[in-house]
Amino acid sequence: MNVTLVQLRVELRRVASNGEQLLLTLGIPVLLLVFFSLVDVLPTGTKEPIDFLAPGILALATMSTAMVSLGIGTGFERGYHVLKRLAATPLGRPRLIAAKIGSVIAVEIVQFAVLIPVAFALGWSPSSANWLLGVVAVIVGTMAFAGIGLTLAGRLPAEINLAAQNGLYLVLLLLGGMVIPFGKLPGAIRSVAHALPSGALADVLREAMSNAGTQPTRAWIVLCIWAAATPLLAARLFRWD
Amino acid sequence: MAAVEVEHLTVRHGDVLAVDDISFTADAGKITTVLGPNGAGKTSTIEVCEGYHRPTKGTVRVLGLDPAAQQRQLSKRMGVMLQEGGVYPSSRVLETVRHYVALYDKGADAAALVDVVGLSARSKATWKQLSGGERQRVSLALALAAKPDIAFLDEPTSGIDVNGRDAVRSIIRDLADRGCAVVLATHELDEAERLADRMIIIDRGSLIADATLAELRKGHDEIRFRSDPGLDLRALAKATGIVASKVGRDEYVIDAPPQPRLMAQLGDWLADAGHPLHDLRAGGQRLEDVFRRLTGGDQP
Repeated sequence: MNVTLVQLRVELRRVASNGEQLLLTLGIPVLLLVFFSLVDVLPTGTKEPIDFLAPGILALATMSTAMVSLGIGTGFERGYHVLKRLAATPLGRPRLIAAKIGSVIAVEIVQFAVLIPVAFALGWSPSSANWLLGVVAVIVGTMAFAGIGLTLAGRLPAEINLAAQNGLYLVLLLLGGMVIPFGKLPGAIRSVAHALPSGALADVLREAMSNAGTQPTRAWIVLCIWAAATPLLAARLFRWD
Repeated sequence: MAAVEVEHLTVRHGDVLAVDDISFTADAGKITTVLGPNGAGKTSTIEVCEGYHRPTKGTVRVLGLDPAAQQRQLSKRMGVMLQEGGVYPSSRVLETVRHYVALYDKGADAAALVDVVGLSARSKATWKQLSGGERQRVSLALALAAKPDIAFLDEPTSGIDVNGRDAVRSIIRDLADRGCAVVLATHELDEAERLADRMIIIDRGSLIADATLAELRKGHDEIRFRSDPGLDLRALAKATGIVASKVGRDEYVIDAPPQPRLMAQLGDWLADAGHPLHDLRAGGQRLEDVFRRLTGGDQP
């Protein structure tokens, strides 16, 4: 079997057998989607909260997998010298990275296969949805978040990386326009939030799904800048051991 | 045939000169140990050979390949055993070995490898459940998964009990006997003394010896013995002409070839003075003393 596929299988098995990762990538997004759709406490500004929430939760799911799950897992692998050991096998570094990318994409497919039907069941009805644009947005967002996750994982000690990834997840969740609209944030924070990849991805997904985004063109620019910059930063700063 | 050729290797880590212009070779079918005090530059040297770092200066060829530039080709024929392990804590023994066997795709039998390193009974245990010695055995199995032509082993018997050490030594010797070049870094002089066909000794980044143990010992014979702690060495010298030095609480060394007449004189003098004679050993210097002599007293 191709060594990249061998490694991909190992990566997926590791994600599937890790309760914390499953909670992060599936449990929390599903819980937030269901809870805030049924309990109308968020100032979403839409008639049905699900119409605002669904694209935001898809963005959150992307961030959970591409940044936090990938970043924490890679940070611990680095700390345990797993990356160093694998680099000396025929897998090498490029195929190890390819396997990790494959693992992220596979988990995202599973996430969307669960979240989208749940959203439909909760009454989500995207008008004139451009699914292809949505897929492109998720790919670009994945690049941006993976770059952030790997930059932290490649520089910080494993335990500090764990705290940093979880802290950043919470900050981006609350500031990012994923579950709370930008319009409800105080002015200074709103400006910062618009420049973050989380809000940008939620915005472009909302636009792609329902034409409900606030400034999607700017959001695309913000997202593309993050997607171009953070992988380069990770490539430059990442330490394998 | 040289499997590893290191020529004028210099390695710098920032401002720190880790390896300073060293050259040596390691042959196929032989065990070459790399010895040196902490911070001597052993790991830096081996990691350049494994392809983890590029040399600052000089050249390194392993199986005729440039390790950094051609690591993919080299990795297919190279077994590596890291001192730190390199295994995820929740990974199980057999599952981990299967993973590596699949990466090398050379038809090695994972269960047989686990058996060879004596871990069949622990094949379902996770890495974090293993003792230090058991982890070393898993790491050795991962190195063997490559069916390697060159193996770099870092402290392969560290933490392993006495019986386990014999088993691991036997595996390493078999590996060399099958034609693999084994490069073994160890702090344990006893390990090097038992296994090495050739020794590379590095101190403060410089190569200070590259020889067989017999070559290192040549010209440095000694007679070593134990007796009462307070032997009157002046009286011994006056009576017999034997000049002995105290090297431990009750241990003494005479720098001399192992001549029966000298040992008989020593035994007679001790008997006449009412002192016991224990652990009499005559011949080449112990590796520990060779090492101290060469490194100016540094501990490995």
